[in-house]
Amino acid sequence: MKKQPRSLWQRFAISLPYAWLVAFFLVPFLIVLKISFSQGAIALPPYRPVLDLTAGWQGIERFFTGLSFDNYRLLGSDPLYLLSYVKSLEIAAFSTLMLLVIGYPIAYGMARTPRRLQAVLVVLVMLPFWTSFLIRIYAWMNILQRDGPLNELLMTLHIVREPPVWLATDTAIYIGIVYSYLPFMVLPLYAVLEKLDESLLEAAADLGCPRWKTFWLVTLPLSSPGVLAGVLLCFIPIVGEFVIPDLLGGSRAPMIGQTIWMEFFGNKDWPTASAVAIVLVCLLVTPIVVFQHQAMRGGERS
Amino acid sequence: MQITGAKDRPTKSSPASVDGNPRPLLRIEGLSKRFGSFMAVDRLSLDIHAGEFFALLGPSGCGKTTLLRLIAGFERPNAGRIVLDGVDLAPVPPYRRPVNMMFQSYALFPHLTVEANVAFGLKQEGLPRGEIAGRVADMLALVKLESLGTRKPNELSGGQRQRVALARCLVKRPRVLLLDEPLAALDKKLRDLTRFELMELQRQLGLTFVIVTHDQSEAMIVADRIGVMDRGRLMQVAAPDEIYERPGSRWVADFVGDINLFEGRVGDDRLSVEGTAAGRLRIAAPIGAEPRTPVWVAVRPERIRLSHDKPPNLENCLAGTIVEIGYLGDVSIYQVRIADGSRVKAAVANTDGNGGDSPQPADNVWLSFSPEAPIVLMR
Ligand SMILES: Nc1ncnc2c1ncn2[C@@H]1O[C@H](COP(=O)(O)OP(=O)(O)O)[C@@H](O)[C@H]1O
Ligand SMILES: [Mg+2]
Repeated sequence: MKKQPRSLWQRFAISLPYAWLVAFFLVPFLIVLKISFSQGAIALPPYRPVLDLTAGWQGIERFFTGLSFDNYRLLGSDPLYLLSYVKSLEIAAFSTLMLLVIGYPIAYGMARTPRRLQAVLVVLVMLPFWTSFLIRIYAWMNILQRDGPLNELLMTLHIVREPPVWLATDTAIYIGIVYSYLPFMVLPLYAVLEKLDESLLEAAADLGCPRWKTFWLVTLPLSSPGVLAGVLLCFIPIVGEFVIPDLLGGSRAPMIGQTIWMEFFGNKDWPTASAVAIVLVCLLVTPIVVFQHQAMRGGERS
Repeated sequence: MQITGAKDRPTKSSPASVDGNPRPLLRIEGLSKRFGSFMAVDRLSLDIHAGEFFALLGPSGCGKTTLLRLIAGFERPNAGRIVLDGVDLAPVPPYRRPVNMMFQSYALFPHLTVEANVAFGLKQEGLPRGEIAGRVADMLALVKLESLGTRKPNELSGGQRQRVALARCLVKRPRVLLLDEPLAALDKKLRDLTRFELMELQRQLGLTFVIVTHDQSEAMIVADRIGVMDRGRLMQVAAPDEIYERPGSRWVADFVGDINLFEGRVGDDRLSVEGTAAGRLRIAAPIGAEPRTPVWVAVRPERIRLSHDKPPNLENCLAGTIVEIGYLGDVSIYQVRIADGSRVKAAVANTDGNGGDSPQPADNVWLSFSPEAPIVLMR
């Protein structure tokens, strides 16, 4: 490969995403990383050591010797954190699976409707975004209340005799998450299914493959990039989800987002909160790296 | 076997049923397909015989692909039936029809290797692994792709992809193989080569091929019989030489190769046509129409002689001025303006180089042809 000399404009354009990442990801990440190695203190800011550049070399030295792994040891010793991580991963995994099971048929149906209607359906899928996310979750709080519309419906239809409790349960969390994240699963799936070459399905039929089998042998493998994109787009933010479990879920077993919030704002323990956050980032970076790897392998082929 | 209402209807016999072959392999009867108000296939009847290489020839958009898709089962006909081996295909879904189609786009599975693409159809039949592997290997060898079995389609050239598509169909040993413009995406050199390989394969495997093409020379070379299509209808079904020498209509004569047409009326002796732009034209064989019937006389450019000097016999000759010369290498096409202002084309083989007396533009020349050359057309 021969490198062409790049124009100033090109270099600027290329550097933009990097600049964005440095400013809004790398710098905050490093700050949080630094805090996670500090100790809590009743001061402002509420941790020690603070980097004091006015003290020169000595100040830097004092800063580095003041850092420790204590917060990470704490994470290992207190089961609260571990349970919190497990719960978050569990909820994220199950709800992503549910999203896939619900979202795939929706996306498939959209891609198979006549072209003219498809644009309308895409708008309909995105319609919830026109209302603030927070307001929609409040609406769900109302729906799921003991004397809310859901229970009213269930009672009128004689499905239940006693109104069940929805709020402050994991079920409510799942309902909220699946409802909120569905567009993020449907849209990437729709994007690949809509591009799927119809003649491939006909070729499969021509070669003796019934429709249901064609789905497994052709449609599903060819839509795997969309499945992967949808899964990542849902799984990663769901792991760190805070608002939905906080408003719809119970307080017994918090998700990791709630734990971080507790440490930061409840206990004012910034260093522990930071350590929890750093571990979370590391947990989430793994699937992204896997995804990248997959994408690279796919890219080499085409 | 399904008994449909259409069965009791009297069927029009195909214009070219082969003698001594009582039942065709594939019989198409009064088949119609409408898209909205547009008739893509219009009351089409056709018989195809076992072991035949049949070509559907027609301009783009005349319904060739639609006809193949009807046979393969991807489209449902609005009327008519398709009978294979005596069985009405109407209730048979595409995946159970013993025909295979090679798509114009090839439609190779991009996520599968060449081997897996070729094996796909055999796996659906539930054959034992060993047999599948053996047949796939044989087929890949037959189309000279044995070294590329583990590649994915997007790692192949256009010609290689075409072979994979062909192998994927052939390995199923279909009763009828439908090929939709199988050579259209190849460059000319490869197309010429592949054409002969296709004929060779068809003969070797003893299969029945129905090929779709808009390229008349391709149809002429490969096919035993050609069906010429226009606007959803079959205009003529015949052997290539018959289509060329004895076209059934002006449209076919004009579509297949170049032709000069002269309008006139049948002479009283039925051995001439009078009142054409070239005067009275003599015809060798008696015309099967009443005297004074309006007809067209068609003459192929290569049957027309071109000379500076007036030919000795005065029949079937006309004077004109050369307006244009198209040099094609092996032949040159001379466009000659005749007395009534119309143009006549004459093809002259460039056999002995450019002699000193070769005609030039604006030369006054004589055109002539023998009484055997013209084709008399009623419509
Ligand atoms: N699915 C369809 N819907 C509407 N019109 C169609 C459809 N398929 C084909 N046609 C029309 O039918 C005609 C014949 O098409 P086709 O069989 O593909 O022609 P060919 O293969 O001879 O070029 C064309 O005018 C085309 O526009
Ligand atoms: Mg076509």
